[in-house]
Amino acid sequence: MNDKSSPFALKIRGLVKSFERPAVDGLDLSVPAGEFYTLLGPNGAGKTTTLRMVTGLLAPDRGSIAVFGVDALTDPIGARRIMAWISDEPMLYDQLTPVEYLDFVAGLWGVDAKLAEARARDLLSWLGLSPFANERCGQFSKGMRQKLALAGALAHEPKLIILDEPFTGLDAGSSRVVKDVLRERVRAGCSVIMTTHILEVAERMADRIGVMANGRLIADGRLDELRLRAGSGDASLEDTFLALVAQDRAAA
Amino acid sequence: MSAPGSLRWFAAHEARLAWRDWAWLMTRGGRARVGAAALGFIAFLLFMHVLAYHLLSHSTTPFDSADMRALAIVTGMLALGWSAMLSQAMELVTRAFYARGDLELILTSPAATARLFAVRIGAIAATIFFMSLVMAAPFINVQAGLFGSHWLSAYLVAAALAMFAVSAAIAIVGALFAIFGARRTRLVSQIVAAVIGAAFAIGLQFAAIASFGAMAAPRFAVIESLGFARDAAVLWPARAVFGEAAPLFSLFGLGTIALASAIAIFAPRFGRLVLAAGSVTRDASKKSPRQSRFRSSSPSQALRRKEWLLLLRDPWLMSQTLMQLLYLLPAGFLLWRSFFSESGVATFLAPILIMAAGQLGGGLAWLAVSGEDAPELIATAPVATAKVLRAKTEAVLIGVGAVFVPLVLMLAAVAPFAALVAAVGVAVAAGSATAIQYWFRAQAKRSHFRRRQISSRIATFAEALSSNGWAGVGAMAVTGTWLAAVPAVVVIAILAGVWTVSPSRGSTAA
Repeated sequence: MNDKSSPFALKIRGLVKSFERPAVDGLDLSVPAGEFYTLLGPNGAGKTTTLRMVTGLLAPDRGSIAVFGVDALTDPIGARRIMAWISDEPMLYDQLTPVEYLDFVAGLWGVDAKLAEARARDLLSWLGLSPFANERCGQFSKGMRQKLALAGALAHEPKLIILDEPFTGLDAGSSRVVKDVLRERVRAGCSVIMTTHILEVAERMADRIGVMANGRLIADGRLDELRLRAGSGDASLEDTFLALVAQDRAAA
Repeated sequence: MSAPGSLRWFAAHEARLAWRDWAWLMTRGGRARVGAAALGFIAFLLFMHVLAYHLLSHSTTPFDSADMRALAIVTGMLALGWSAMLSQAMELVTRAFYARGDLELILTSPAATARLFAVRIGAIAATIFFMSLVMAAPFINVQAGLFGSHWLSAYLVAAALAMFAVSAAIAIVGALFAIFGARRTRLVSQIVAAVIGAAFAIGLQFAAIASFGAMAAPRFAVIESLGFARDAAVLWPARAVFGEAAPLFSLFGLGTIALASAIAIFAPRFGRLVLAAGSVTRDASKKSPRQSRFRSSSPSQALRRKEWLLLLRDPWLMSQTLMQLLYLLPAGFLLWRSFFSESGVATFLAPILIMAAGQLGGGLAWLAVSGEDAPELIATAPVATAKVLRAKTEAVLIGVGAVFVPLVLMLAAVAPFAALVAAVGVAVAAGSATAIQYWFRAQAKRSHFRRRQISSRIATFAEALSSNGWAGVGAMAVTGTWLAAVPAVVVIAILAGVWTVSPSRGSTAA
C-alpha cells in the first residue's frame, strides 16, 4: 500500500538479506523527510547491501522498504522515479559527453527537454564541469566522473538521494563541491542518505547518524544522543563510533 | 633461481601470468571446473583429429611437392593462415602498447624494461604459434600419420610463420605510431588488422569472381594460374611443409632472424611508445564534433539513441564489425557484376547475407543487452527491465537493417524472390542471434566484447548454429523447394533447446 503523504523519506522494516552469511539481519530504519542521514559501520556491516536493496539493485529475502510511502518492493518504478543512486565507482559512458549523458538521464526519467537542458546547464556550471560539457567522459578524472554522476542524479530532481561512499578518492576541492551541492539540496527539501568511512564528513554534515554492525542498526540519533549512549562525553564521532561498535561486539 | 630483472626472471613472470590468465578463462576461477575444462579440451582435440582424418583420408589429390597444383594449394592455405596470424599479432601488439596493467609498476622500477618487452614480444610470437596449432595441429598429425612423418615439418613452418607475422606486426604498428601518432594508432591499427585478416581470403574471392565468374570457383586456382617457377621464393613455405630440408631450415632461420631483429630494434623503444600511448589516455580529450541538444524523448527513445551513439563511437567495435562486413564485399561485387549478366548467380547471395546478418546481430546484441557500462543507472531508472531490453533489441535490429536493407534492395532488382528470402532470412537470423544474447545476458563491460565468447560457450555455439542454420534454410528456400522447412524446423528445435537451458528462462522482468 502506497502512502505518498508519509513523513518518512525512507522506512525499512524487518529487512533481511543473506549471502553466505547474513548481510542484513532484520533491519529497522526510519529516515524523516528533509533530513541528511549518514549511515556508518565497520566493513561488512551491511550498509551498502541495505542501500542497494532500497534502490532495487538487490532483492531482499524478507522485509519491507517504503520510499516516501511508496512500497519499493511492489512498486519499484514508482520508488525509482523519486530517488537517485550514486555509487562509490561512478559508472558513466566513456563515449558520451556530459551533455549527452544528462540528456540520456533526462530521457530515462522522462524530464521535459527544455527543463532538462536548463537544469543541466546549471548543474554543470555549479559543479565546474561547463568547460568539459562537450568532451567525452572517457578521459575524465575520478572527481570529474563523480561530479557528473551527481549531476545525473540531480537532473531529475529526486526527493531522496542515496550515496554510497561518495567522497572516496575525491580531492579536497571536489569534496567541497559535492558537500555544498548536497547541503543545498537538503536546504531545498531533499532527503539525503549517505554511507561514509570519513567520520569528519558525517560529523559536519549529518542531521542524524545511524551506526550499523553485523547487519543491524545498533545506534541511531543526533551526535549528542550517540555520545550519551556510548558514554563518551564530548568525544569525537570517531571515538563515539568505536565505542558503540565495541559495546555491540562485547554484547554479542 | 634466475636473478631478478633478468631475461629468464621476466620470462618466468610472464609465463606464470599467462598460465593463470588462461586457466582463469577456461575455468572462470572455479577449481571444480578444472577437470571439466581439461576434459572439454581433450574432447575438442579428439574431435578435430577425427574431423581431420575424415577430410584427409578421402583426399585423392596427389600430394607431392613436385606437383605444382599441390604447391599452389598449400601456398594458398599458408597465405590464408599467415594473414590471420598477422592480423592477430597486430591486435596483440596494439593491446600491449595500450594496456596499462602492470606497465606503470615496471616502467617506474629500476629493472631493464627492454628485457621485459623482449619477453613480451617473444610471448606474442608463442601465442600466435599456439593459436595457429589449435586448428592446424590435428591436420598436421593426421597427415603425418597417413602420408609420412616428413609432414611434421609443418610445425616448424608454423613457428617460422608466427615469427614472421609478429615481426611484421611490430614493424607495421611501429610505422602507424610514426605516421598517425599515439592517439589514432589504436583505431587505425585495429582496422588495418581486420582488413589484413580478411584481405587474402577476400582477395582470392574477388580474383575468382573476376577470373571465373563465381565465388564457388576453385580459390587456389588463382595462385596456380600465376605460373610461379618451382624454385620461386613464394613457394618455399609450401615446399618446407612437404619436408624439403633446404626451404624448411631457410624459412625457420629467416623467421628467427626476423623476430630477433624486431626484438633488438623495438624492445628498447617499446617503453617510449607505451608511455606515449599512456599519455594519450590521460591528456587527450575528445571533443564532440557538434554541441549536443536536449531532445524530449521517451525512455525507449533515449535508450535507442544512446545505443546507436555508443555503437557509432566505439572504434574497437567498429574494427570488429568491419571484419564481418568485409566478407560481404565479394558478395556485393558479385551482385554488381550480376547486374550486367543473366547468370542468376544472385541467388547464391541470400544465404551469405543471412549468415552475415546473424553474426552481426549477435555481436551488436551482446553490446546492447549485456555490454552495459552503467548498469546501475539503468537499473535505478523508473523504466521496467522488459522495456529496457525491448528498446535495446530494437536498437540492434534497426542497426542490422541499416546495413542489410540496401543490399537486399540491390538484390531485389536482380532476383526478387531471392531478395524476399534474404529479407526474411536476415530478419530471422538477426532476431535469433539477438534472442540468444537476450537469453544468455550477463552484465559485462563493453570492453569485454572479445571475452563474450568465453563467458557463455553455449550462447556462442548456439549463435553460430543459428546463423549457419538459417543460411542453410535460405540456400534451400531460394531454390523454391519446400524442403527448406526441414532445416528450419531443426534450427527452431535448436533454439528451443538453447532456450530451455538458458539462465534467463523463468526469470521475470521488473
